[in-house]
Amino acid sequence: MLSTAVQAVHLANTPPQLLPARELMAFTLASHILLVPFGVALPFITLLMHHRALRRDDAVALLLARRWSAVMAVQFAIGIVTGTVLSFEFGLLWPGMMGRWGDVFGLGFGVEAWAFFLEAVLIAIYLYGWRRLKPWTHFWLGVPLPLAALLGSFGIIAANAWMNTPQGFRLDARGDPVDVDVRQAVFTPMLGPEYWHFVVAMFMTAGYLVAGVYAVGWLRGRRDHYHRLGFTVPFTVAAILTPVQFVLGDSAARAVFHKQPVKFAAMELVWTTDTHVPEYVFGRLNSDGTISGGLRIPQLDSILAGFKPSTRVTGLTSVPAADRPTAVQATIAHWAFDIMVTVGCLLILLALWYGWCRLRHRDLPRSRWFFRCAAVAGVACLVTVECGWITTEVGRQPWIVYQHMRVSEAVTTTRAGSLWAMLGIVMVVYAAVFGAFLAVVLKMRTRWRIADESAADDGSAAPRAEPPPETDTPYGPRSEPEAAAGGAAPGGGSGRAPGGAP
Amino acid sequence: MADLIAWVMVLAIAAYACAGGTDYGAGFWDLLAGGAERGRRPRWLIDHAMAPVWEVNNVWLIFLLVIMWTGFPTLFQAVFGALWLPLALAAIGLVLRGAGFALRKPSRRLARRRVYGAVFAVSSLLTPFFLGAVLGGIASGRVAVGTPASADAWAHTTPVLTGLLAVAATAFLGAVFLCSDARRFGADDLVDYFRLRALLAFAAVVVLAIAGLPLTHDDARYVWEGLTRGLGLLLVALAAVCGLATVLLLLFRSYGWSRFTSVASVALTVGAWGCAQRPYLLPTSLTVSQAAGAAHTLRWLAIVTVIAIVLVGPPLVLLYRLDTLGELEPLTDADTRAAGSPGDDL
Repeated sequence: MLSTAVQAVHLANTPPQLLPARELMAFTLASHILLVPFGVALPFITLLMHHRALRRDDAVALLLARRWSAVMAVQFAIGIVTGTVLSFEFGLLWPGMMGRWGDVFGLGFGVEAWAFFLEAVLIAIYLYGWRRLKPWTHFWLGVPLPLAALLGSFGIIAANAWMNTPQGFRLDARGDPVDVDVRQAVFTPMLGPEYWHFVVAMFMTAGYLVAGVYAVGWLRGRRDHYHRLGFTVPFTVAAILTPVQFVLGDSAARAVFHKQPVKFAAMELVWTTDTHVPEYVFGRLNSDGTISGGLRIPQLDSILAGFKPSTRVTGLTSVPAADRPTAVQATIAHWAFDIMVTVGCLLILLALWYGWCRLRHRDLPRSRWFFRCAAVAGVACLVTVECGWITTEVGRQPWIVYQHMRVSEAVTTTRAGSLWAMLGIVMVVYAAVFGAFLAVVLKMRTRWRIADESAADDGSAAPRAEPPPETDTPYGPRSEPEAAAGGAAPGGGSGRAPGGAP
Repeated sequence: MADLIAWVMVLAIAAYACAGGTDYGAGFWDLLAGGAERGRRPRWLIDHAMAPVWEVNNVWLIFLLVIMWTGFPTLFQAVFGALWLPLALAAIGLVLRGAGFALRKPSRRLARRRVYGAVFAVSSLLTPFFLGAVLGGIASGRVAVGTPASADAWAHTTPVLTGLLAVAATAFLGAVFLCSDARRFGADDLVDYFRLRALLAFAAVVVLAIAGLPLTHDDARYVWEGLTRGLGLLLVALAAVCGLATVLLLLFRSYGWSRFTSVASVALTVGAWGCAQRPYLLPTSLTVSQAAGAAHTLRWLAIVTVIAIVLVGPPLVLLYRLDTLGELEPLTDADTRAAGSPGDDL
């Protein structure tokens, strides 16, 4: 069979360390990406709540903002260390790419590194400024945070967009890049679509996830101001962005259609170049080009790509087998893409439901089903983030730099055994770290809930009836008089420590 | 332009050695602080002193890697190819250290805290060792473009020695800073505790440095000679003076300036190594100009760096300033209104 022969040739060219290197990169990036929405968007959502607290002198909003800060402190730390690993992996796994192309597309990372630096500085000031800075000073010092996060995302996406649509250089006789034009290399065709799609996805995901926590509380009957506020603010942010994302995602897909036709063919399972191409919803591509299963909708793919059935869509077979994703890879990219789109459409319905109730009835929806859906919306969003990333990365195979360098050319020469061992260690370490992270955050939630319930049982708005189990840092006495020292309730029932509510 | 970027890289290494080194040192003393009861107060101080700044200090490393692959792609490829194992172990160490530290803080059970603390402390020892060994491997000329990954590149006298030296230097920095922090937080008993440890760590640095002179003479010939003459020697001498000044300041219990002199001694040592290696990035096979990336990129890298310094500098100064003024404090359970939960024992 031709396809098996091709596969055999392909395997012969594949160094044994390629598979573990890809698995390691995929595993660490898939783990890190789970934290990215919070790193990018949680500061913004927290600042929104913080602003509301200061503006309306709302003690509950202040409490929420502080609790989110406490979570952010742990989450940001885990995000930093898992992100550092990725920088190492560029060298540990893909030295070939960095060695040849580092000076062409590395500048995006330079922007990202400094933006991230700024973010780390500002977040430290914000997280540790609650107690002693003046309230508004503290708030304004936090305001540049989302901007720094946006700038950092820009750097990373610029690098990834370059890998998808590389430009800004010329190849010399030996195939090495010369005449580097940095501006062209940073502002590549895929940058715009990818960037906005990514940023909005981050804000949506963080919004739905945070809101989901309070939706669960709501379903369990905790229908107080605290849960209402904790749900409404992040959910509104996410719901407003959902239709925006629909448009952005659509235009991103069309940008792929124009700039990376073979990737588009993989995403949509288009085997031969043709007009009047049908759309397959799910389904599996076989190596002979047939498609098993899935829902076939005639003409639709051409219409989606170019608004009319006569649009010509490039197929996978337009390039040699060695230059395109395999059938399995195409199926993976296709499924990831379809899951992303499906979840996106469902989220639109949820957002419309919410918008209808808010605008018509000036209230949250009554239905328990709404809150059930809202509770899982965040997790669904995380799934789409993973899917979006899988679509763009698997769809680019076998290229690491689209049409310029194969993944197999970039991989390290380190023996496969070492890489498999490293993968094993990293999996154990990450499982422990993420497990512990989740346990710690859930524990925080439990402790807050116990405190809130005991406060509610007292039937008063006083934040605390009994002395806190510990009034200061875990490691011993601090000579400073503390707000809650000796069990005195913080001033005015506002829960604000010295530094004071306005 | 390539020379300029190379010096920016040396500066970034120096900054990471000083800022990150202080945190590694704090972790080192956390490791040696003894059992839960005996080590309670030192650990409390370490926790408080490190918490607001360690993430920022860590970013210097990312910045260093970015300059390396953008400015000197071949250097990046060669180093990560040849020194694969120590770099991989350092990366894992970084994860464990950061996660251990961040997760220890909100834990309220002694058993959990012990586990997280141990992970944090042990990896604070191993990570600087491996990073130091990487520098040693480069300095001893064992890395060239195309060197395959093997233990030859780093399991040798010089890399092991620089690894140990890195650990000792971080311990020294950490103890000096913790002295000042102890005063700042009003923990007077801990001032002497860390003062003693700073002096011990300095002694260790001196012993290692002196032992290193004959040991590395043949092993790292080019850098050895660079360090014993000209500008390299001058910087080494200045570093020694700063180190001694730190010791004197500690002996006279003047903790205001001791931080600056200790940082200066470490930064000058890194600078001396940079001088000694000129004009090589990888002695004696790859020079700065050979490894330099595209000229246009280097120019933009310099521009981005300048803009970033203007942008990041003031907030960074503000952070350190607020930190030393004691304005930065973690949120307490009272602030977030948290209650104890069953099983808490702290």
